[in-house]
Amino acid sequence: MATETQTAVATATGDGPRRRRGGIRSNENVAGWLFVAPVIVILGLFLLLPILMAFWVSLTDWNGQGSPFTGDVPFVGAHNYTQLFTEDGLARRDFMTSIRNNFYYVAIVVPAQTALALGLALVVNNRMLKGKSFFRSAFYFPSVTSSVAISVVFLFLFANSGAVNALLGFFGIDGPEWFADSRGVLHLLFGVVGVDSPPAALADGGPLGLSWWDWLAGPSVAMISIITLVIWTTSGTFMLMFLAGLQNVPVTLDEASTLDGASRWQRLRHVTLPLLRPTTFLVLTLGLIGSWQVFDQVYVMSQGAPAKTTLTPAYLSYRTAFRDFDYGSGAAISFVLFLIIIVLTLIQRRVLAERDTDRPRRGWWRRRVPERS
Amino acid sequence: MAVLNDRPPAAPARRDERAARTLATRFLGYATLVFFGLVFLYPFVIQIGNSLKTESDAAANPLSPFPDPLTLDSFERIFAGTNFPLWLGNSLLVTVLVTIGRVFFDSLAGYALARLRFRGRNGLFAAVVAVLAVPGVVLLIPKFLVLNQLGIYNSYAGLVVPLLADAAGVFIMKQFFESIPVSVEEAARIDGASIFRTFWSVVLPMAKPALITLTILSFQGSWNEFPHSLVSVQNPDLFTLPRGLADLVSGSLGSGTQYPLKLGAALLATIPVAIIFMVFQRYFVRDANDGSDKG
Repeated sequence: MATETQTAVATATGDGPRRRRGGIRSNENVAGWLFVAPVIVILGLFLLLPILMAFWVSLTDWNGQGSPFTGDVPFVGAHNYTQLFTEDGLARRDFMTSIRNNFYYVAIVVPAQTALALGLALVVNNRMLKGKSFFRSAFYFPSVTSSVAISVVFLFLFANSGAVNALLGFFGIDGPEWFADSRGVLHLLFGVVGVDSPPAALADGGPLGLSWWDWLAGPSVAMISIITLVIWTTSGTFMLMFLAGLQNVPVTLDEASTLDGASRWQRLRHVTLPLLRPTTFLVLTLGLIGSWQVFDQVYVMSQGAPAKTTLTPAYLSYRTAFRDFDYGSGAAISFVLFLIIIVLTLIQRRVLAERDTDRPRRGWWRRRVPERS
Repeated sequence: MAVLNDRPPAAPARRDERAARTLATRFLGYATLVFFGLVFLYPFVIQIGNSLKTESDAAANPLSPFPDPLTLDSFERIFAGTNFPLWLGNSLLVTVLVTIGRVFFDSLAGYALARLRFRGRNGLFAAVVAVLAVPGVVLLIPKFLVLNQLGIYNSYAGLVVPLLADAAGVFIMKQFFESIPVSVEEAARIDGASIFRTFWSVVLPMAKPALITLTILSFQGSWNEFPHSLVSVQNPDLFTLPRGLADLVSGSLGSGTQYPLKLGAALLATIPVAIIFMVFQRYFVRDANDGSDKG
C-alpha cells in the first residue's frame, strides 16, 4: 500500500507543494475514487454512454418501438447520413434548409451580440458615469431568466397586435405578421430593386438539393424576431465578459495615450481593442457554439414554421426523432451538428492560438506608449 | 480625465472646448445607458402590465404598462384553469433535489480533484473539461435512449438523476478548493480525522462562497431547464414549469390568444429567479466568466 501511494504521488502533477509521505495519505487513492464516483457514474451514464448509444442508433432505422439494441432493428449503415447529403429527397431538403436558416441566424446573431456586448461594456465601464451597477444588472437580467418564459414574452411583443408593431405604427410603418411571414429578408431586398422572382440562372440547380435562389433567401421575417430575442438575451452575459477584460486594461495606459493627444476613437481602436482581443475571441467562440444550438426559442415560438424558415438542425433532429419517430435520422442530424460545432471550435482555437503569438507585438505597444509620453 | 485637470491650464478657449466635449460625452453616455436600459427592461414591464389586463385591452394597447381596467382574472385562471400548481410543485421538487445533489457531488469531486492524490486524477480532470465542451443540444436523443434503456423514462428519477452532477460545477469547486491553504486540513488530518471528516467539517465550511455560487447556479439552471424535461418525460403529470409553459403556449387552451394568461404564467415562472438574482447578483457574475453556453 505504501509503495503504491508513493508512485501515485510521484506521478501526480498537482499544483500544491509536493509533500513527503506519511501514513495519513495512504488511503487517498481509495478515497479519491470514492469522492469522484458519483460524478463519474452520472456523467458517464448520461453523457458518455448516450453518445455511444446514439451513434449506434444513427446507423439503424429504429422507430422507437422496443429496444434499439436487439437484432430486430434494421441496420442501415451510413444510409441516414447519405440521406442528408447525397440523396435527393425531403430529408436532404429539410436538413439543408435548416442549415441555411441556422447559417443566416449565426451570421447575424454572433456579430450583433458581440458588438452590442462590447458597446455596453465600454459604456458601463466609463468612470465618469454614475448608477452603472444598476444598468449592468439590467443588461444582464434577461440572461438569467428562463428561455421559455422569455420566448413567451417575445411572442407577445412580436404578435400582430403586439408592442413591436405598435411601436412601428408610431413611425407610420405597417409591421408584418412576424410569425406568419416566411419571406427572406434578402429576397425582400431583391424585391426593392425589382427582382421579385428568381432569375432563371438561380431558379433551378444549386448545391445540395436547394436552388441558389433558396440559398440566397436570407433569414425570414419570422426568424428575425427569434434573432432579436437571442441578441437581447445573450448580450448581457457577453457584456460581463468584456467588462472583466476591460478591468485588465491598465488605467495608466489609457491616460498616457490621452496625454499623447489620442482621440477617444483612436484609443479604442489602438489601445483598448487590441488588449481585449482574447476576450473577443472567447465571446465569438462561445457565441458560435451557442448559436448553432438554438432550440428552446424555436420550440416555443415557431416550431420551424412558417414554411420551415425557422427550422434549425437542433430542432429538426428533435422533430425527426420525437415527432416522426425516425430516431436513426434524428441521431444522424445530431451527429452532423456535433461535428459542425466541434470543427468551428477547433478553427476558433487555432485562430486564438495564432493571436496569442501576436503577444510580443502587443507588449511592444504597451512599452512604447509610456516611452513616448 | 482627472489627470487632464491637473495639468497646467491650457489656453482658455481650448479648455472650454474640452469641458463642453466632456459634458457632451457624459450626456451621450447617459443617453445610451437609459436607451438600452429601456430596451432591456421594458419587455418585462410590458409583461407585468399586460398580465393584469383583459384580453381585449392587451390586444388594443400592447405597449402601455397600465392595465385599464386592472384585473387579476388571468392569475385566477392560471391557478384554477391550468395545471400550473402541479408544474410548480414538480419544478420545486426537481430544483431542490438537483441543487442538493449538484452541490454535494460536485464538491466531493472538486475536492478530490484539487487535493487528493490518486491514480488517474489528471486523466479524470481532463475528462471533466472535455465533457464541458459537449454541446447540450446534440444530447437530446442520446439522453432519451439511455433513460429508456434504464427504464426510468417518464419518471421523477429520469427528470432528476441525469442532472445531479455537472462538469461546470466540479470545475468551479476544484478551482476554489485549490485556493484554500493546505495547512488547515493537514492539522485536522494529523489530529486523526478521516479524509471525509476533514472534507466535511474543515474544508467545506471554508468553501462557503463557492458553495453559494454553485447553489445559485444550480437553482437557476434546474429551475429554467427545458430540453431535458422535454426528452425525459411525456406524462403531463410530470411536467415542470418551463415544460408546462411551452405546452400552454402551443395552444392547448382552446379559443383566443389569451396573452394575459400566458404572460402571467411566464411571469410567475420568472419571479423566483428574479428574486434570487436581485439578492445574489454578484454570484451570477462568476457564471458568466466561466463561460456558460446559453443559446
